[in-house]
Amino acid sequence: MTISARNLSWAIGGQTIVDNISLDIIPGEFFGIIGPNGSGKTSLISLISGLRRPKAGDVTLFGQPMATLGRREVSRKIALVEQHAETTERITARQAVELGRTPHLGALTPWSSADDAIVDAALHEVKMSDLAPRLWHTLSGGERQRLHIARALTQQPEILILDEPTNHLDVGHQLGLLELVRQQRELTVIAALHDLNHAAMFCDRVAIMNGGRLVALGPPMDVLTSALIAEVFGVSAEIGRTEDGELQIRYRRPKPRKPQLQLMQTG
Amino acid sequence: MLALSLWLGAAIGETAIPMDIVAKTVANRLWMADYPLEPIDEGIIWNYRLSRAVVAACCGGTLGLSGVVLQSLLRNALADPYVLGISAGASTGAVSVAILGIGGGMLTLPLGAFIGALIAFGLVSLLAMRAGRGTSAIILAGVAGSQLFNALTSFIVTKAANAEQARGIMFWLLGNLSGVRWDDVWLAFPVASAGLLVCLWHARALDGFTFGTESAASLGIPVRRVYVVLIGISALMTAVMVSMVGSIGFVGLVIPHAARMLVGVRHGVLLPASAIIGAIFMIAADIVSRIIIPGQVLPIGVITALVGAPAFAMILTQKRAHA
Repeated sequence: MTISARNLSWAIGGQTIVDNISLDIIPGEFFGIIGPNGSGKTSLISLISGLRRPKAGDVTLFGQPMATLGRREVSRKIALVEQHAETTERITARQAVELGRTPHLGALTPWSSADDAIVDAALHEVKMSDLAPRLWHTLSGGERQRLHIARALTQQPEILILDEPTNHLDVGHQLGLLELVRQQRELTVIAALHDLNHAAMFCDRVAIMNGGRLVALGPPMDVLTSALIAEVFGVSAEIGRTEDGELQIRYRRPKPRKPQLQLMQTG
Repeated sequence: MLALSLWLGAAIGETAIPMDIVAKTVANRLWMADYPLEPIDEGIIWNYRLSRAVVAACCGGTLGLSGVVLQSLLRNALADPYVLGISAGASTGAVSVAILGIGGGMLTLPLGAFIGALIAFGLVSLLAMRAGRGTSAIILAGVAGSQLFNALTSFIVTKAANAEQARGIMFWLLGNLSGVRWDDVWLAFPVASAGLLVCLWHARALDGFTFGTESAASLGIPVRRVYVVLIGISALMTAVMVSMVGSIGFVGLVIPHAARMLVGVRHGVLLPASAIIGAIFMIAADIVSRIIIPGQVLPIGVITALVGAPAFAMILTQKRAHA
């Protein structure tokens, strides 16, 4: 197992955000964490990436308790891409990616040509080599997020954790980014997503969260049912298959409430 | 450049002394060269001007370093020890020791200033956390903190000091290098060098804060330890300088921005660049403070504020344009 969580709980201000969650991440899988806003996805991500200490329960990373590992050791195994990490510094695209080497460099280790090669490869991987000299604030949201992926790749991790990485992107960039991540075959990927179709398209397994609790876990085909979607998201949906057998979720428009109906009739 | 400004700093003053005499004095003192010189000139240069220029350089350098560190850690372009109330806290600490005799002789002036600086920063960050995490929260908290500690300082001075002391302290508070001798160099120089080394040791960690603390932590940086060490060393550097020359504003704010424009955002080069530019700027400001009004020495804080306040305004409006 890569990451294992046992009975994880986390609370803030007396409110339980993550409630007794256990899960095991299989090496090489694309694992989705799905749930409505405020269901505890981001908190769960912080706990399993070791950024926060759980109130109860524990996390192990390749069999070792997370609590006994230093930040640097963890960051050589796990790279994290946040929802929306921004900077006002006049930093170039390439410099942003170079930050990924931080876990591998000590205070006195000089920057080497090997580091340069790793950065070049990562930039190439996310198709940003041409834009490498550009300043960060001149780049689009999709380009910035691809650079964050490149930065994560230069950490040479075994596990890539993404927290709603496509939140601020248009649909083309959303699919492009997830496909890019999916292609990293040697990586185990854990991603918080809130688009159910994306989850169905890219994930090997999904965990469904609601109110801090794990309500379902398994392959999207088995887990994403209209009953579950109605229960967790409060939305009625039709589950179908495309011609090539992919899961397809179509939402139905919520029934308009009475007052709105009257307004439409009179107006 | 730094050597040249030190040289100029020693030569220019109420009475100008030719550059070659400065060089000969240094040669006489350091390498036992035997140039025949007027003892008065040699005395002024060695005991008064040169020590003053060295302390000015240390002071400017450490303020520049503190500015870089605070701006990067707090991810705030307007952060510096003066704006955040660290200097004000250090002044209060130093005055409490000097006038109230707090610590009963156990505390030296720099140590009192250090404790004051830490208390001030603690209070300001607590206030900022309570006020919300926005960029402006910490600056507003700093304003409140500065006002509070400046008021405390004035209160202590007015209540406990006699007229003579009060005048001296008010002059010192605005930044004044005229009391500086070699004794001060032996404190200022080691603190400045140690500060530079500690900051450079953390250069990569500071780079890692580019995208915020969460991102820094995910890059393997022990965020809390880096905060404690670097804010501690910034407070120490500020406190030592304040206890010697008073609180000098805007250097820590403006110098890092100038350095970024020249050498970029990488801390490996930005830190030494800020230290050197800060040092040169401070020596220059000191020279100007001595010659701008003939026969009078202006507090150096007045010069740095006259340059720094417009620069502060520029940074503020530029940030607006970017956002």
